Amino acid sequence: MSNKISIVVVSGERERLQMAGMIASVGAVSGDEVTVFLSMNALHYFRKGAAEPAPPEGAFGKLLEQKKAPAFKQLFQSAAELGDAKIRPCSMAVDVLGVGAQDLEPWVGEPMGLTKFLSEAHGGQVWSF
Amino acid sequence: MAEKIVVDARGSFCPGPLMELIARLKFAQVGDELEVLSTDKGSSADIPEWLNKVGHQILGTREEAGVFHIALKKMK
Repeated sequence: MSNKISIVVVSGERERLQMAGMIASVGAVSGDEVTVFLSMNALHYFRKGAAEPAPPEGAFGKLLEQKKAPAFKQLFQSAAELGDAKIRPCSMAVDVLGVGAQDLEPWVGEPMGLTKFLSEAHGGQVWSF
Repeated sequence: MAEKIVVDARGSFCPGPLMELIARLKFAQVGDELEVLSTDKGSSADIPEWLNKVGHQILGTREEAGVFHIALKKMK
């Protein structure tokens, strides 16, 4: 039976983005219905072509870069392309950052408001990073 | 006769090997046999877990010189 998993990502730190991407991708390819809601410091990394590494929070984040862990952006892209996860930017964050749909990666969907996100998350699991 | 497809994910960390397998599975035919090679111990446990959950057949798992081999058949 498929679960509904909603993931709120607000952090711009590498470890949190990585863990959120891991849950999104593995959940989505396992048949769970995944929605990722991007806001605050996280949104910047989903701009088209943004490739700079997110700053590590601690020692583990540095290790992630040295070892061959999949890039977090790749994980979110896999979640969307292999598992039909919905990756949606927070409409408030889009306005504050001043980005349009054409500025974000093509696998990032239309901006979503909190009311809509909360209704979609209703009755499912909610994870936040 | 189904082809045997090797997914070489050696050196990649969780969930890299699983994602590489799934990307390849998308283009495989039902009945095709695949073998994932992984040096990541976590993936060697998690990939069979995923196969059971999603419903593909595990043909066998073995470890050889630090490399985990997971053989499977695409069922749907």
